[in-house]
Amino acid sequence: MRMSEEKRFDGRKFDEMRELEAKANLVERANGSGYFRFGDTRAIAAVYGPVETHPRHLADPRRAFIKFRYNMAPFSTKDRNRPGPSRRSVEISKVIKEALSAVIEREEFPRASIEIYAEILDANASTRCAALNAASIALAHAGIPMRDLVASCSVGKVNGQIVLDVAGEEDTEGEVDLPIGYVPSENKIHLLQMDGIITKEEFKKALELAIKGCKVVYQKQVEALKEIFKTYENEEVGE
Amino acid sequence: MITEIDKNYIREIINTGKRADGREFYQFRDIEIKKGVVKNAEGSAMVKLGNTEVIVGVKMEIGEPFPDTPDEGVLMVNAELTPMASPEFESGPPDENAIELARVVDRGVRESKAIDLKKLCITPGEKVWIVYVDIHVINDDGNLMDASSIATAAALQDTKIPKLEGDEIKRGEYVGNLELRTIPIACTVVKINDNLLVDPDYEEESVTEGKITIVTISDESLCAMQKSGIGGFAPEEIYKAIDISIEQGNKIRKKYFGE
Repeated sequence: MRMSEEKRFDGRKFDEMRELEAKANLVERANGSGYFRFGDTRAIAAVYGPVETHPRHLADPRRAFIKFRYNMAPFSTKDRNRPGPSRRSVEISKVIKEALSAVIEREEFPRASIEIYAEILDANASTRCAALNAASIALAHAGIPMRDLVASCSVGKVNGQIVLDVAGEEDTEGEVDLPIGYVPSENKIHLLQMDGIITKEEFKKALELAIKGCKVVYQKQVEALKEIFKTYENEEVGE
Repeated sequence: MITEIDKNYIREIINTGKRADGREFYQFRDIEIKKGVVKNAEGSAMVKLGNTEVIVGVKMEIGEPFPDTPDEGVLMVNAELTPMASPEFESGPPDENAIELARVVDRGVRESKAIDLKKLCITPGEKVWIVYVDIHVINDDGNLMDASSIATAAALQDTKIPKLEGDEIKRGEYVGNLELRTIPIACTVVKINDNLLVDPDYEEESVTEGKITIVTISDESLCAMQKSGIGGFAPEEIYKAIDISIEQGNKIRKKYFGE
């Protein structure tokens, strides 16, 4: 389906997100884990820590060292994605690590490390947003003290129109891609990348729409965590 | 390394509305641009931003186009944080900071469509020009992003397309200039004690609570952005940073790029 006056390639409204799904507790060995899905884009994340920092010289006497890896599974893209780090994945890992570092109470764990790993299992745009959402859930599930969760989604400009949660052809044919990581309790943006030509006025509109989307994502994250902690409560009662 | 005492001093002085070196919050350090500093490069520029110094060299080579853009030349941007430029830099493959620097500069040039890549096609699907932009950091006194962006724009403006004889590049003989359709300029805005400042030096960078780079083009639209470092921005702070970047970008384009 082509993009028309009111509808998008996949039939969504301009401010409509794809189907969202959030879960916690998927990786048994990890201290915490999370999962997030935007339509066909799926990410899983796991947290180990606090653990001893290796190599030792990376240890910070004041706060925890945060390690984050964003990785795409080789089968997650149309053409096979060659395993191993790429320049793209190194950059994405850096900006997600910085967004998460801002909400983790790092001073609680001096000299220690918190290791976070996110894997993209299936990719249809907004993979960095899915990874960040899954990682936020995983950290909270691991019981790492945090000021808040980071919620993330992307907006784009497609045929001159600002749209929420870019997907499919919008990703390849769109003029602008703008992923946002948002912390609702502080009303602050902790991840922002943009490429493509946009005016200041369009940017404002785009950012407002992205924040709206992040609030929806946040609700999903909170629900997933509430659900998993409820099952733990019930288990304790049962004993 | 910056001591905690120095960090407190930088924060305190900013609270009084000034900066340690006497600049205004929205004032760049002195900019010096020298083009054509490398004989063997098809284009080059040295940029000094205060004590920060960056050299960008452009090399043109022949190669194959990407399969999805068979009739377009290829742009490649790479950055090297040489160990001479700072005690914090180490030799070896590019780390996340070098990769981020190169990729943000790359996005600025690519998304602004400053280079008409279609003009760099020699034989569609087979042979195209590859434009290698190499950012070489000589001294890091802060704000490598903006220094590299300015140096890249200047080096590309200085770039000449070499003469071709069959598959052979006749180095030193040129058929014309690589035309730039617009001048993408990055402006990095940092936050210190909730104040927004441009062009942080190394000491100021050590106390920033977040950093946002905004690349603007000649018609005042934005073509790339990157929030970097730990610390967030309220939406209003981002809008303010955009206004600052447009104004600074215009100033730099007018003063140094003849616009």
